[in-house]
Amino acid sequence: MLTKRIVPCLDIKNGRTVKGVNFVDLRDAGDPVELAKQYASVGADELVFLDIAATLEGRGTTLDMVMRVAEQVNIPFTVGGGISSIEHVDALLQCGADKVSINSSAVKRPDLVNELSNKFGAQCIVVAIDAKQINGQWKVHLAGGTIPTDLDLFEWAKEVEQRGAGEILFTSMDHDGTKAGFANEALAKLSETLNIPIIASGGAGNVQHFIDTFVEGKSDAALAASVFHFGEILIPELKKTLKENEITIRL
Amino acid sequence: MKLVIINYGAGNIKSIQFAFKRLGVDAVLSNNPEEIIAADKIIFPGVGEASSAMAMLKSSGLDTLIPNLKQPVLGICLGMQLLCESTEEGNTIGLGIFKTHVKRFDNTVKVPQMGWNVISNLKSNLFNGIKENEYMYLVHSYYAEHCSQTIASTNYGINYTSALQHNNFYGVQFHPEKSSTAGAKILENFLNL
Repeated sequence: MLTKRIVPCLDIKNGRTVKGVNFVDLRDAGDPVELAKQYASVGADELVFLDIAATLEGRGTTLDMVMRVAEQVNIPFTVGGGISSIEHVDALLQCGADKVSINSSAVKRPDLVNELSNKFGAQCIVVAIDAKQINGQWKVHLAGGTIPTDLDLFEWAKEVEQRGAGEILFTSMDHDGTKAGFANEALAKLSETLNIPIIASGGAGNVQHFIDTFVEGKSDAALAASVFHFGEILIPELKKTLKENEITIRL
Repeated sequence: MKLVIINYGAGNIKSIQFAFKRLGVDAVLSNNPEEIIAADKIIFPGVGEASSAMAMLKSSGLDTLIPNLKQPVLGICLGMQLLCESTEEGNTIGLGIFKTHVKRFDNTVKVPQMGWNVISNLKSNLFNGIKENEYMYLVHSYYAEHCSQTIASTNYGINYTSALQHNNFYGVQFHPEKSSTAGAKILENFLNL
């Protein structure tokens, strides 16, 4: 059976990891390659690199980092942040990225999803959606969640699936940073109405939250950052507990 | 050891090149017939859409060269599928090495299958040192049906073929280059054939 996936997310700026990372074994915790190798060796199923600065000037640095990760890491990885053109995606894939994730640029120009999917295949196009509830409605937000739109989360997710997205990375801004669990109700609704994999993001605080998002949230993968970076949750123990709870997982 | 990765414009081949580099082997990317024929081992990769990949093979004459290769050839992902008789993707006729057909997963499962799944009923020296039900990384919307050349199976809604072998031709649906240490072992086994 296909397993559920555990996905650490690394925030990158100028080719370096930024969010606090507290890994004892690393020579250089700011080096994404070191960190990625460490995560691969302890059983992460894939990795996401989010370029949070994503300036045009910094693009070369990010491409260089992607190439170094691809050289040294033997699990798949996704790169996101500031991607809005076919040429940029082509360059990232040529450097060895397995998937790219687009967010605001897809909202601004939805045809980008079709164009990327047609050119590179749905399997490498992840559409990331940041949303939060406003008056009981899940509304899509842009630019790292700072700009609200009128788009409904579920309608937008359905639209990008039809346009050729291969996967949805849904971050609940209501849950992100709370460590109180994932947005499982919305995740389950996404998983039931769409026929592509859903990655849950935002809210991971303990092992039970991962069990809940796979069972109640019907998520295909769960992404987290700080709980992994600070060693609050250790991936081998997390996966062992998931297995004990009869969740299909790679050990 | 001269290892060539056939470079016909279909998808991400850097990852494969890097995976061999981690094993200490420098793979050459080439679409030059003479260079391909002179290789000891050949990787036939592929990511993307089948009919356009086949068109690229035809435009460079590789569609007639590949079936006549005598050295070990490893098709990966779409590369494996193009070595089959046909695929439903773009109604494409394949190179016909593997006597099976490639179909689309039906919508009772999420498509593409994306992630780690197990390979079982392993029947080839390609899998020396690989345990039954080892996890491999897969990303695909189409699958090969079982046939007498099946050397590994996977279940995703249905049981399907995740690896094939016919004489010097091998094919794997999964991505050994992205499948952690077990995947690296399979690539190493291929180098040792």
